[in-house]
Amino acid sequence: MTRFFAWGAFLFGCLYFLLPLVGMTEFSLKMRRGEYSFDAYRRVFEDQRFWDTFSYSLILSAATIVVGVLLVVPTAYWVRLKLPQARPVIEFITLLPLVIPAIVIVFGYIRLYNTSSFLPLTGSALGTDILLTMGYTTLALPYMYRSVDTGLRTIDVTTLTEAAQSLGAGWITILARIILPNVMVAVLSGAFLTLAIVLGEFTMAALLNRPAFGPFMQLLGANRAYEPPALAVIAFAITWGCMGLMQLVTRFSKHERAKA
Amino acid sequence: MSFLTMTHLEKIFGQNRVVKDFSLSVEKGEFISLLGPSGCGKTTVLRMVAGFESPSAGGITIDGKDVTGLKANSRNIGMMFQAYALFPNMTVADNVAFGLKVKGAPKAERDARVAEMLALIGLADLGGRFPFQLSGGQQQRVALARALAPRPSVLLLDEPLSALDAKVRVSLRNQIRQIQQELGITTIFVTHDQEEAMSISDRIVVMNGGVADQVGAPFEIYNRPRTRFVANFVGTLNTFEVEVADPASGRVMLAGQGLTLPDAPLAARAGETLSVALRPEALRLGRLPDAEALLTAKVTDVHFMGSVIRLKADLAGAAVSLDTFNRPDTPPPVVGSEVEVSLSGRDFILLQA
Ligand SMILES: Nc1ncnc2c1ncn2[C@@H]1O[C@H](COP(=O)(O)OP(=O)(O)OP(=O)(O)O)[C@@H](O)[C@H]1O
Ligand SMILES: [Mg+2]
Repeated sequence: MTRFFAWGAFLFGCLYFLLPLVGMTEFSLKMRRGEYSFDAYRRVFEDQRFWDTFSYSLILSAATIVVGVLLVVPTAYWVRLKLPQARPVIEFITLLPLVIPAIVIVFGYIRLYNTSSFLPLTGSALGTDILLTMGYTTLALPYMYRSVDTGLRTIDVTTLTEAAQSLGAGWITILARIILPNVMVAVLSGAFLTLAIVLGEFTMAALLNRPAFGPFMQLLGANRAYEPPALAVIAFAITWGCMGLMQLVTRFSKHERAKA
Repeated sequence: MSFLTMTHLEKIFGQNRVVKDFSLSVEKGEFISLLGPSGCGKTTVLRMVAGFESPSAGGITIDGKDVTGLKANSRNIGMMFQAYALFPNMTVADNVAFGLKVKGAPKAERDARVAEMLALIGLADLGGRFPFQLSGGQQQRVALARALAPRPSVLLLDEPLSALDAKVRVSLRNQIRQIQQELGITTIFVTHDQEEAMSISDRIVVMNGGVADQVGAPFEIYNRPRTRFVANFVGTLNTFEVEVADPASGRVMLAGQGLTLPDAPLAARAGETLSVALRPEALRLGRLPDAEALLTAKVTDVHFMGSVIRLKADLAGAAVSLDTFNRPDTPPPVVGSEVEVSLSGRDFILLQA
């Protein structure tokens, strides 16, 4: 009896998540009257703005990942090594971006860094890109920090650090040659999550008026019928592709370790 | 001037004085063991030498140079830890080469040194393996090679054998000692295993509550312990109360028999009682011509340990342990039997306080 209900709940869950997806995909294929076709997809791919915004977001997500790694790996390492009692505080801080809406952050940015401020970042395209990267880094912080911290848990940070120090290594060498390689899998999973977040982000890019993928999706959705669901399916495929890559990297590196 | 000196070292954690007025001079090429119970500050002393803790007071010099304020990574010290501390992302060869790489040694020199080190520890063909593919004993040997590769001036070992099983412990400690003598490297070895310390050290520092109770060669520490703590901590001890007969000549009485203690004149008056101790092997089974006194003991327990037989017996009102060698033609005494025990005053250890 319990088994029956368990299966029932499972099926209900599947339907709940899958039906809209199936419906959306089905609709996106119906651009041509009376038959299924990929016309909507072709239209999306033919649109230059798709490629422009997509590559823009891709570049920014790469920048976000680099900034995030440079910020999070040394911080998480230092906290584990020297300030273990401060870990709950740091964890709380990294959770704040989940609680504070992006719109609050971006308005704060605009107030602080507008053209009449001490650091007029919004005055130039590059400055705004930098600002947007910082914003994305903040949004990705909870995921990045958690991944890296979990990765650090699997190694004996203190002993490895002291061993390296006694062999003459300084902080940069220790971080680059010992800590980072040992948490690489964790860093990569944080990186893929960051990529997924940046590709879908709308609020910050729109309010800072940058040509990102999120606002493009919104623009298309407001003006067309068949292309938006096609775009949604594409975005969905990209996100799932990232998740798959994440799994693959984890799997692959374990495999490497076992056979090496 | 000694090669490595620690003068009046002190370490305070919060309210806790963990190391108190610790001084030690180590000669070049000497193998010193820090021996003591858990929490007595052995690791803390070692970490101060390594540069991982800075002393609250006192100083450290290596080869005539004051290193007290120097950072750990500029002291040129080799260290081996209790936990396997190999870098998991590097092969055995890369682990061993790490110190040389940090120093900027050219690749040819590194490769030659790695090969030399791996040969020294007897793992020449495992250079390509990763640490997780090695046994615990092999990992610790690689850790030793890694510590030695950059030619450190001092080698520090913090209970490097305690995670290994008994057989490997013994063979590895002998190997460590052999390599140490071969390279002539000044070494400090931390352990709480007295047998380990005695078998491989030139000198032992017995620590108790943050101070060095006694420093000396294993033979000296074992046979002439200066404090009750050292006597009890190193080896097994039988203690007796004896009555002073003649303090000037060191004459005392035990169960009606006269004995002459080695530490005459005694700092006690006639008629007073003194605490004295005797190692299990100084109580000898049977009637021996050179012994000063002969007593009878009642055997309460027999442990046959192979080459040594350890008996527990009641002797002069005290429960004692005595050791005797196995002899193939003589079966050990049985429990409950009476045996004759020979003993001499010169073997007694006078315990202060
Ligand atoms: N970083 C620290 N902060 C506070 N107290 C410490 C610290 N390190 C060590 N202690 C304390 O100092 C004392 C001595 O520690 P230490 O590690 O030197 O002992 P040990 O002789 O090596 O013992 P064991 O044989 O158990 O390794 C212990 O009471 C320990 O709790
Ligand atoms: Mg210790």
